[in-house]
Amino acid sequence: MSQKLAIETRELSKRFGEVKANDTIDLQVHKGTIHGIVGENGAGKSTLLKMLFGFYQPDNGDILINGKFVRFANPAGAMASGVGMVHQHFMLVEPFTVLENIILGAEGSRNLAEAKRKARIVLLELEEKFGFDLPLDTPVENLPVGVRQRAEILKALYKGAEILILDEPTAVLTPQECVQLFELIKLLKAQGKTILFVTHKLNEIMAVTDDVTVIRAGRIVTRTETKTTSSSKLAELMVGAKISRQVERCGEARGKARLKLVDVSAANDQGHVSLKKISFDLIDGEVLGIAGVAGNGQTELLEVVTGTRPVTEGFVEFSDKVVSTTDTITDPISLRRAGMGHVAEDRLKTGIVENMSAKENIILGYQRENDFNQHGILRRSHIAKKADEYFENQDVRPRNPSLMIGAFSGGNQQKIVIARELARTPQLMVIGQPTRGVDIGAVTKIHDQIIALRNEGKAVLVVSADLDELLAISDRIAVMCEGEIIGIVPVEVADEQTLGLMMAGAKPAMISVGEA
Amino acid sequence: MVPGKLPYWAENILLPILNLMAALLVSALVIWGLGEDPFLAMALIFEGAFGFEEAISYTLYYATNFIFTGLAVSLAFHAGHFNIGGEGQAMIGGLGLTLAVFMIGDTFPVLAVVCAIAGAALFGAAWAYIPAYLQAKRGSHIVITTIMFNFIASAFLAYMLVGPLQRPGGQMPESRDFPEGAVLTPLNELMAAVGWSFEEGPMNVSLLIALFCAWGVWFLLWRTRFGYELRVTGQNKNAAEFAGISVPRMTIIALMLSGALAGMMGLNELLGEQHRLLGNFTLGYGFVGIAVAFMGRNHPVGIILAAVLFGALYQGGAELAFEMPTITRDLIVMIQGLVILFAGAMEHMFRKPLTALFMRFPKREAV
Amino acid sequence: MEFFADLVLLVDSTLRIATPLILTALAGLVAERAGIVDIGLEGKILASAFAAGATAAVTGSPWLGLIAGIMSSLALSMLHAYVSISQRGNQIVSGMAINIAVAGAAPTLANFWFKKGGQTPLLNDESRFSALELPFSDFLADTPFVGPLYSDIISGHNLITYLTVLAVPAVAWMLYRTRFGLRLRAVGENPSAVDTAGISVSALRYQAMIIAGILCGFAGTVLSTGLGAGFIRDMSAGKGYLALAAMIFGKWKPVPTLLACLLFGFVDALQGRLQGIELPLIGEIPVQFTIMLPYILTVIILAGFVGRIQAPRASGIPYEKDH
Repeated sequence: MSQKLAIETRELSKRFGEVKANDTIDLQVHKGTIHGIVGENGAGKSTLLKMLFGFYQPDNGDILINGKFVRFANPAGAMASGVGMVHQHFMLVEPFTVLENIILGAEGSRNLAEAKRKARIVLLELEEKFGFDLPLDTPVENLPVGVRQRAEILKALYKGAEILILDEPTAVLTPQECVQLFELIKLLKAQGKTILFVTHKLNEIMAVTDDVTVIRAGRIVTRTETKTTSSSKLAELMVGAKISRQVERCGEARGKARLKLVDVSAANDQGHVSLKKISFDLIDGEVLGIAGVAGNGQTELLEVVTGTRPVTEGFVEFSDKVVSTTDTITDPISLRRAGMGHVAEDRLKTGIVENMSAKENIILGYQRENDFNQHGILRRSHIAKKADEYFENQDVRPRNPSLMIGAFSGGNQQKIVIARELARTPQLMVIGQPTRGVDIGAVTKIHDQIIALRNEGKAVLVVSADLDELLAISDRIAVMCEGEIIGIVPVEVADEQTLGLMMAGAKPAMISVGEA
Repeated sequence: MVPGKLPYWAENILLPILNLMAALLVSALVIWGLGEDPFLAMALIFEGAFGFEEAISYTLYYATNFIFTGLAVSLAFHAGHFNIGGEGQAMIGGLGLTLAVFMIGDTFPVLAVVCAIAGAALFGAAWAYIPAYLQAKRGSHIVITTIMFNFIASAFLAYMLVGPLQRPGGQMPESRDFPEGAVLTPLNELMAAVGWSFEEGPMNVSLLIALFCAWGVWFLLWRTRFGYELRVTGQNKNAAEFAGISVPRMTIIALMLSGALAGMMGLNELLGEQHRLLGNFTLGYGFVGIAVAFMGRNHPVGIILAAVLFGALYQGGAELAFEMPTITRDLIVMIQGLVILFAGAMEHMFRKPLTALFMRFPKREAV
Repeated sequence: MEFFADLVLLVDSTLRIATPLILTALAGLVAERAGIVDIGLEGKILASAFAAGATAAVTGSPWLGLIAGIMSSLALSMLHAYVSISQRGNQIVSGMAINIAVAGAAPTLANFWFKKGGQTPLLNDESRFSALELPFSDFLADTPFVGPLYSDIISGHNLITYLTVLAVPAVAWMLYRTRFGLRLRAVGENPSAVDTAGISVSALRYQAMIIAGILCGFAGTVLSTGLGAGFIRDMSAGKGYLALAAMIFGKWKPVPTLLACLLFGFVDALQGRLQGIELPLIGEIPVQFTIMLPYILTVIILAGFVGRIQAPRASGIPYEKDH
């Protein structure tokens, strides 16, 4: 194939301190193709993209765009060379309209009114060409995620991008929105654009790309045409070992409903309704997975269950006791004492205090328990002993609880958090995003522990944005969309496609709705 | 960003010293610009602060004020807030101790002193309550509200001193003298009682109270559950909620404790030395507490050391103004501002080159 | 008629007193819209008041005083910008540090140069920005209603007050009608968006601080050479903080901020009028309580009306490229 190379990198390298984020990367993206880059969390994909876009400068190596050596000092240089990027976390100014966001940095005139007028003409042409239909004068903060992403793509096209780089674009989309995105990408390819597409989801690679590059630990492991490979082969290359996704589940869910939600509604911090009459039972001895695109009420659901958000309707029962109604709310400490463990969704934001030592973090949430404090005074030697125990049980490295917890890797942090919650042998374990930011070795161990809890007869509630994860560990999967539970599906009959439809709000007649 | 790559001693001793040196360097330039010899000025300051026993007494006397206000700022900072209302809290605290002394000082002088200590703390805490409440429940910016309360306190104190509390027959904005015995003993008298002869001076028992408070703050923050919860609140509000801590409640309590500490500053000035209530007796010492807190890395031991340092600057500065009339005490205020700038706002400035320096030399112990 | 005459005087005073507040509040607004919290407004206006007063006293020219005032305020603004942007330091601490340092430095220098215990010499009318009478003000003075409105309220202010009236629409135009303004507002909400659009976040923020520095320079200058006749220690008396409250009350928009400043100016003018007046039922209000009025008002505003108002989203957060 002697097609011209839209992007080529030669021995591209970048390090951050001790860590080699990218190590002699030789990337080759042919013009007019859809090229996938795949790799695990932390493999170095983001760094590579940011260098291609001029956000970072490489330590070593060269970048060639359309055969010419380039050196981008900043994103402006990249854009001038026709490289446009859609970031994983959108680069949009919330109160600005779509139009204002698109022209930011490429206004074309000192006078804003004039700039907007000129831009509008060009945009309408572009919209027509690519089948967009964006509300140009609506503030971005009022737009749903899928529309925002299209605005980002239009922004890149407006700035003359011939090469489009997409960083994990499907992370925030429902399966149906993904399909729409892929169609757009194919349309762009038909118009001669080159697309570089980064993801860690193998089915997307197989569905839409022409070529794929696999990155592991900062290096390229393989470059191949998509049609000559398969998901499982790619998975092996990503991880470097055969992964077995079989998890042993034994026994049926039995006994009481440990957690019961009846017509629970709640509002978020901005006052908008985020939960609409949620009802479900969670039985001892089962894992109930909550699936859905992030931002559909899962966070508020976790907060309502764990006592940090009040309900506006309905009630929550835990171990047959009402813990949350419109008039009362049981605080997290009492809930913990009653046997609820909680692994927070966003570890850095909520689950740990980054600048405190690991030792001080293991009492977070349990600081009022008698074994950790006596008459208000901390029992430091006991805490130290417990910390050592947790570290040993979970094999946390490095074995030093006096270190600041922020210095530990994500996987080790999560191990400490899990140890902390498991230590009280809770009857109900509530977990948000169990393996986010965790390397693959630790992922398996965490899944094993969740299943072990279930096999012991405990109740487990898991919220996850990773459908594969939920399919692997849950007994039933409840799908949330826009604050409602669309349906609860036993895992034996669940498949990605149906779940995907439900995540977008559709209630297929074939799946029984309600509690199993 | 995860700091802490510097060894403990470098982070907590070397850095503050570097910050101080930077502040002194700039000040030396100003002194030089004013046509005086900066080295002579520095020597005079040092001599004036430690050169003779009475000087030491004054230095520690000033330091006592700064320990109280430094602890106040620091405690609030650990809870995640900036208490700039030390001036106002100290003034109202002074009012509180005065009322206690006047109400029972004639009949029960010793009890009056005890009540005065409580009064200073309580009134100081009360003055911090409203800004604290507004920050916790309404999100009102505590920096602005506490500064407003400083102005309000100053005006209120002025009113009290030309009205209800004014010294009979006088025109000065001050109260009548405190009853005999309802005062804090000067330290030189206490020392004499154990056979150590020391020159007379304003240093008094409140220094011991301040040191006790420093220990108390340390114990509270690092040895008690409450202190743990306070520190968590200051570091990460979400984690605090996660742990079942009520952030608004903790904010209010922490700021009230902070106000109580600031309120006790009056014990030193009024109960220990002046023996009456004066207008504007706080003389900007509430703001010095900010400098002391940052220089002391928000740790009681560091605060005590930084307080002594600033006490030396104030006492030495007074002597300097005597010897070099072109330089007024305002210069010390300028130095104070510079210390806050370097130790508080520019703390990263020295940290990066220091960290680079330490990275050059291989670590001995494995992490 | 007495009441009307009083009202006219009050409105006249309001405009005069509000001038430094409006300029300072606009400065804080521009800075914070770009993402920099500027608690150091107080220090800047004090410094420029000193510089202007000192220079006017020495040279006899208020214009040179204005230049000195602007330069000194600009220098401090750049210091704060350096600490906040390049050093990524704590912006609130930096602002407070500057305030305290200036509170000490200004009287020190004043005493050193003028030996008046921290003041600068009294300025005569030529060395100040004195009252400007607009054309026909004498002629219209006695016509009912229009007369006092024109001659007493509109005419008779100093030059800087008139410039301030223009400053508000100028800032509004800059923010909402220019390319620079779009970028400035963007950088205070989402600096990453600006960075990835290829524009320097630092440069924008520094530029915002330059504008803020100049505005504060005018504010301080009018204090010592327009409203007053020289620099007195601590003469800013908290105006820098009142301006911040007005800015918050005005939700970081120029016109509402102007109205908030006028309100503050009115209360300050009112408290001057209330001194010594006997009110029904209460009797004479002690002067100390009338002095408190503006500060109490600030607290009430911050408590009552602000609540959960949205500041610029990136305000106060140093910008770092995430890894």
